[in-house]
Amino acid sequence: MHRLANPTRFLKIARPLTVFSGVIGALLLITGCYAGLFITPPDYLQGETVRILYVHVPAAWLGMAGWSGIAAASIVQLVWRHPLAGVAARAIAVPGAVFTAVCLITGSIWGRPTWGTWWEWDGRMTSMLVMLFLYFGYIALSNASEERTSVSRVTALYGIIGAINIPIINRSVVWWKSLHQGPSITVKGSSIAPEILWPLGLTVTGFTFLFIAIVLMRMRTNLAEVRIEARLRRMAQA
Amino acid sequence: MNHWSFIIAAYVLTGLGTFGMLAWSFAAMRRAEGRVDALRQEK
Repeated sequence: MHRLANPTRFLKIARPLTVFSGVIGALLLITGCYAGLFITPPDYLQGETVRILYVHVPAAWLGMAGWSGIAAASIVQLVWRHPLAGVAARAIAVPGAVFTAVCLITGSIWGRPTWGTWWEWDGRMTSMLVMLFLYFGYIALSNASEERTSVSRVTALYGIIGAINIPIINRSVVWWKSLHQGPSITVKGSSIAPEILWPLGLTVTGFTFLFIAIVLMRMRTNLAEVRIEARLRRMAQA
Repeated sequence: MNHWSFIIAAYVLTGLGTFGMLAWSFAAMRRAEGRVDALRQEK
């Protein structure tokens, strides 16, 4: 991991990885969405609305994975003081918040024809909304720091403590009965019919690759801005 | 109730969020890396 501590070495790997992740992600996403919209059959209970699954579930996964990434990067920054950990955590925050918002909005759109309501203050939806506010707090805290290549100790601790919400989101449908369905995909298998399930793998993987591409681009932007500032400072002193 | 209007709304919003984020990040990266290159040539 410390081999990547040098930003120049990191950029050497990040440049081709950005293109690879973007292209693979877009291809998988287009294929998965096409299959989800036009090839898979409607659900026997929910009808056509089940197709929202292919965008709602990846958004939920990325919202939670994003915060897990922030928590992991925060631990790496606090324990090992890795110079890129803060850059990574900052880069994850905004796309993580965007995908959490997409999850909430698509869930609300799905809820109206399925449950007859746009919103329900149950465990799953409320804990997901809490995560969106946690993201807003993290973005505000990290922007308050003048240091661009790391986040403050308080921001890093906030990132770690906020991760408590991840298992709450995951177990919420088990702990509290609500309109939201229980866990459909577990380590033991899936309760979703295979002919409906298969495009979900494509969209989850596609969205994940695009998320990686976005985070890499944001990290590259951050590192470039640090270089610009350093060079301008040197030019001003000369 | 026509389900397709809900499906289209969900996909359009997801597309706007994802590809908007992708385009914004790409533009910011190109701008920042372009400035680094320009400053390097000024030296």
